[in-house]
Amino acid sequence: MTTDLAQERRDTTAPPKTAARVTDLVKTYGSGDTAVTALKGVSLDIAAGEFTAIMGPSGSGKSTLMHCAAGLDSVTRGSVQLGAIELTTLKEKDLTKVRRDHIGFVFQSFNLIPTLNAEENILLPLSIAGRKPDRAWYDHVIATVGLGDRLGHRPGELSGGQQQRVACARALVSRPEIIFADEPTGNLDSTSGAEVLGFLRRSVDDFGQTIVMVTHDPGAASWTDRVVFLADGRIVTELREPTPERILETMKSLDAKHVDAKVQG
Amino acid sequence: MLRASWKSLMARKLRLFMSAFAIILGVAFVAGSFVFTDTLGRSFDSIMNSSVGDVVVRPVAGDVDIESQPSSATLPGSLVKELADVPGAARADGNITNFGTFVVGKDGKLIGGFGPPGIGINFTDGPAAKGLEPLTLNAGRWPTAGGEVVVDEKTAEKAGYLIGEKVNLVSSGAEPRIQAKLVGIAHMDGGTAGASLSIFDTGEARRLFMDGNDTYTDIWVSAADGTSQAELRDAVAAKLPKDVEAVTGDAAAKAAASDIQEALGFITTFLLIFAGVALVVGSFLIVNTFSILVAQRSRELALFRALGSTRRQVARSVLFEASVIGLIGSIIGLGLGVVIAMGIRVLFGQFGLDLSGQSLIISPRTIVVSLVVGLVVTLVAAYLPARKAGKVPPVAAMRDDAILAESGMRGRTIVGTILTALGAGLLAAGLFADVPSPTYWVGGGILGVVLGMALISPIVGRPVIAAIGWLYRKTFGAVGLMAQQNAQRNPRRTGATASALMIGVTLVSMMAVFGASAKASIDKAVEKEFVADYVVSSAVGTPFSTEVTEELAAVPGVDEVAAFRWDQVKVKGEDRQVTGIDPSHIGVLGPTPMVEGRLADLTTTTVSVAEELATTDKLSVGSTIDLTRGGTTKPFTVGAIHGDSALLSSDYLLSLPALESLGGAKTDSYAFITRESGAAAAQVGRDLDKALADLPVVTVKDQGEFADEQRAQINQMLYLIYALLGLAVIIAILGIINTLALSVIERTKEIGLLRAVGLSRRQLKRMLRLESIVIALLGAALGIGLGVAFGVALQRSLADDGIDVLAVPWPQLGLFVALAGLVGIIAAWWPGWRASKLDILRAVTTE
Repeated sequence: MTTDLAQERRDTTAPPKTAARVTDLVKTYGSGDTAVTALKGVSLDIAAGEFTAIMGPSGSGKSTLMHCAAGLDSVTRGSVQLGAIELTTLKEKDLTKVRRDHIGFVFQSFNLIPTLNAEENILLPLSIAGRKPDRAWYDHVIATVGLGDRLGHRPGELSGGQQQRVACARALVSRPEIIFADEPTGNLDSTSGAEVLGFLRRSVDDFGQTIVMVTHDPGAASWTDRVVFLADGRIVTELREPTPERILETMKSLDAKHVDAKVQG
Repeated sequence: MLRASWKSLMARKLRLFMSAFAIILGVAFVAGSFVFTDTLGRSFDSIMNSSVGDVVVRPVAGDVDIESQPSSATLPGSLVKELADVPGAARADGNITNFGTFVVGKDGKLIGGFGPPGIGINFTDGPAAKGLEPLTLNAGRWPTAGGEVVVDEKTAEKAGYLIGEKVNLVSSGAEPRIQAKLVGIAHMDGGTAGASLSIFDTGEARRLFMDGNDTYTDIWVSAADGTSQAELRDAVAAKLPKDVEAVTGDAAAKAAASDIQEALGFITTFLLIFAGVALVVGSFLIVNTFSILVAQRSRELALFRALGSTRRQVARSVLFEASVIGLIGSIIGLGLGVVIAMGIRVLFGQFGLDLSGQSLIISPRTIVVSLVVGLVVTLVAAYLPARKAGKVPPVAAMRDDAILAESGMRGRTIVGTILTALGAGLLAAGLFADVPSPTYWVGGGILGVVLGMALISPIVGRPVIAAIGWLYRKTFGAVGLMAQQNAQRNPRRTGATASALMIGVTLVSMMAVFGASAKASIDKAVEKEFVADYVVSSAVGTPFSTEVTEELAAVPGVDEVAAFRWDQVKVKGEDRQVTGIDPSHIGVLGPTPMVEGRLADLTTTTVSVAEELATTDKLSVGSTIDLTRGGTTKPFTVGAIHGDSALLSSDYLLSLPALESLGGAKTDSYAFITRESGAAAAQVGRDLDKALADLPVVTVKDQGEFADEQRAQINQMLYLIYALLGLAVIIAILGIINTLALSVIERTKEIGLLRAVGLSRRQLKRMLRLESIVIALLGAALGIGLGVAFGVALQRSLADDGIDVLAVPWPQLGLFVALAGLVGIIAAWWPGWRASKLDILRAVTTE
C-alpha cells in the first residue's frame, strides 16, 4: 500500500531529476556602505526525492538561501528554478500561487492558525486554493503523522510536537514538489524532535517527497541523505549519508578554516 | 515613567488620532452649541435693547407666547398725552406694531421666511431706552403721509427696491395688499436677525393695522434727565387704567430676549444631544483602543512592574496618555466647534434667521466646559483599561505567552442585563407613565439600554456571528471561516467595536420607524378625515388677514370656506390650546366625533370642551368656565363636548366671534375650502392660485399637496437627524478601522504564515473585509433590533397625539443593513492594505 502510493506519486509528478536548482545566487541586504552580502554566488541542485539539510554557522546565509529558494525573499542576482519554473522573474501574485501549489513549509515556531483546528490547519493551503483534498492521500498522511484522534483540537490544545506534526501534515497534504523546513525541531524536546524527523524521513522514503531542511543541529541533520555546508555566503562542502560524528567533524573543520581565512585575509 | 508614556504616545500617533477623533467631534458639538447660543443671545439682547423705551406701557398681556397670536387689545390715543405730562417724563410716543406685514420682492416672492417676523410699525422720532436711537436712516427720509413706506436695509436689498419705487406689501391687517412708495432705507444697529421692518406714517399705520382708530399697541415713555427707569415706571403706573401695565425698558428687553432664546432653545438641546451621542460612541472607541494597546504592551508594562513600578504608576502612565489625547482632542474640538457654530449660522441664515450682524462669541465658559468634558470623558473611558494595565503581573515580562487573561463574562452579563432592564424601565416610565420631565427619563432609558446592550453584545451577538459565519463558510471557504473565527476570537473587542456602530444605527432606525409611522398616520388622517378639497395656509408661519378668506369664498366653483385659528387661553392659570372655528361651515373640517352637543350650535357665549378635559375637570353641557386671553376674562357655557379628530383636537373650540370677544386677532391660521359638486377640480385650483397670486404670504394646496407637504416636513426633520447621526457612524467606522488595524499588528505572524502557505494579497484583504463586515453587521443587527423596539415604543406612546399608525419601514431598514455592510468594507480597506504590505519573511520570523 505504502509503496504503491509512493510509486503512484513518483509517476504522477513525473519528476525531473532535479526538484530545484539555484544558480549563482547573490543576495545583498541594504546598499552602499551598509550593504551586507548574505549569499555570494551560491549554486545548488536539490535532487528530487531526496532529504537535504543545509547547515552552517550563524550568519552563514543558510536561512537566506532557503528563503530565496522558497520564493519568500527576492534575490539580488542569479536564478532560482523550481522544476521548470523560474522564480526570480515572477510577480508577487504568481509567486504566491507557486508557494501555494508547489511548495510546502514547516517553520521553527509551529505557525499554525490558532482559530482553526488541526484538520482545518492541515487543509488550509488546499482550501485557500479552493481545491478538494485527495481523500485517500489525506487519510494516509494523517495516519502517518499519527494525529487521528486529535484532528478536532485547536493548536492551543496540542503539545509542541503534535503542533509541529500538524504543520508537517499541512506541508505534505497538497503534495508539493518540495518542502522547506526551517529548523523544524528547534523548539522541540529531543523526543518530539525525533518524532517529527522520523515523519519527514518516512515521507521521503515512502512518498518520494523532496525536503530541504535548514538546521544547526547535527543530530537533526543526520536524518537526511545529504548535508550541504554554508559558510560566509558560500557553499563550502557537502556530506552524503551523514552521521552526527561526521557532521560535527566537518563543522569543526569549517570553523577552523573560517577563522584561518579571516586571519589570513 | 511619564517620559516613557510620552514616548509610547508619540509612537502611535495615527492610532491615537483615531481615538481622539471621537473626542474632537463630541467636544465640537458641545462648543458649537454654546458658541451659537451665546451669539444668538447677544444678538437678540442688542435687538431688544433698541426695541423698548425707558418705560413700556402695554395692555396686560398675561403670558402670551410669541408663537401664539398677538393680543388685539389696544391703548387709547389720549393716554399718550397724559403720560407725557407725568413728572419725570420727557415725552411719550404711541407705537403701532403689526407682526404680519411682509415686503414682496420684485420677483413676486415674499422677503423673509418661515420664522422671523415681518413687522409693520408706525414712525415716531421717540428715543428707545437710554436715549438710544432705535432706527437711523441710511438714505431718503421718514414717511410723512399715506402711501409712503421705509424698509430696513437688508429687506430693501433682498427685495431689490430703490427709493422712489412702488413697494408691494402683504399684511395680516384689514388690507391684505398694500402698495406704497419707498421713501427711505432704515438701519438698525446689530441687524434685525432676519426680521423685516416696514415703517409707515402713524396715520397710515392706524388705518392699516388699527381699523382707523386713534389707538396704539404700546406706548414708550422717555425719562427726563435724572429720572431712573424704575422711578418713571412707578410714576407712570399710577396713571394707568385697568388692564394696562408699565414695565421698565430693561425688564421688557430682558423678558423679550429670554422668550426668544427659550423658543430657540431647541437648537441647543438638539446639538447637545448629538454631542452626547458622539461622546458616548467615542468613549467606546477609547475603551477599546486602550484595552488593545494595554494588551499589546502588556510585556512592556510587566517590565516596568518588574523594574519596580507600582501598580498605580503603571495605571497612571496609561491615564496620562489618555489625558494627553483628551486634551488635544478637546482643543481641536473647540476650534472645530467654532466652525460648526459658523456653519449653523449660515444654515439659519438660509432659513431667514440672519445673525451676520453679530460676531461669534466664545465665552470663557465655552472653553472651560469643552476642555473639561473632553478630558473627563477620555479619562473615564480609559480608567478600566488603565486599571487592567496595573494588574499585569511582573512575571509576564519573562514569559512568552501571556498575558492578560480575559476575565469571565459572568459579571459583565449580569451588569449588562441589569442596565438594559433598568433602561427599559426608565424608557417605559418616561413614555407611558405620568412622570415629571419625561424627556430625561426617555433619554436616560435609551442610554441605559444602549450601554447594557453594549456590555452583553458579545453574548447577544453570538447567533448573528454564527449565522454570518455559516454563510461565509459556504461562500468563501477557508477565508470565510477564518474571518468569522477572527471576529469571534476576542468577543469583547468585537462587541465594543460593533456597539459603537449599534448606537448610531439604533437612533437612526428609531427615527425611521417614528417617521414612517408619522407619515402613515398623516396619510390615514388625510384620507379618512380630510373633507376639504383645498387648504390655505400661511407661507411664513404667521396668520393671515381674514380678507383673504373672504376673497376666496368669492372664487367661482368654491362651495364652502371654513376659517380656522390657532390660539391660546389660560384656564385656572394653565395654558390651553384653543381653536377658533366657523360653526356655519363646520362640515368642511371633517367629521368630529361628538360626545354631547353640536359644534354647529356654538354661539358667542358657548364653548366646546375636549372629552378628556371634560372628564378631568368634571365639566358637562351647561357648566360654566372662565377663559382668559391677554387681560380679558369671560365666562363661557359649555355647549358641547368633542372627541378627537385630525383637525379639531384642541382643548377648547370657540366660534370666531367668541374668540374675537376675548381679544383674539382677526387673522386666520388656515382656511379649508370645498369645491362645488360638478366644478372642475383643475379649473378651481387654477382660479384659487390666481386669486392668491399677489399674496405670496399664503399658499393653497389640494388634499394631495397638503399631505405631501406634511410628509416633506417630516422628511426634512429625518434627513437632518440622519445627517447628524452620520457623524456617529463615521466615528464607528474609525472604531472598526482601529480595531482591525490593531488586530493586524497582533496577528502579524499569523498573516505571514498565511501568505507563506499561499494566501494571496486579495484573499488576505478579503479575509479582513469579511471580518470587518461581521463587526459592522453585528452592530447593524443589534442597532436595528433596539431601534425598532424604541421606535415602536415611541409610536405607542404618541398614539393619542395623532401618531396612531405603526409603520416599520423594512426596505429602509434593509438599506441600513446594506449600508452597514458597506461601512465594513470601507473600514477594512486601510487595515487590509497594510496587512497585504506586510513583509512575509519578517512576519514569519517575528518572535
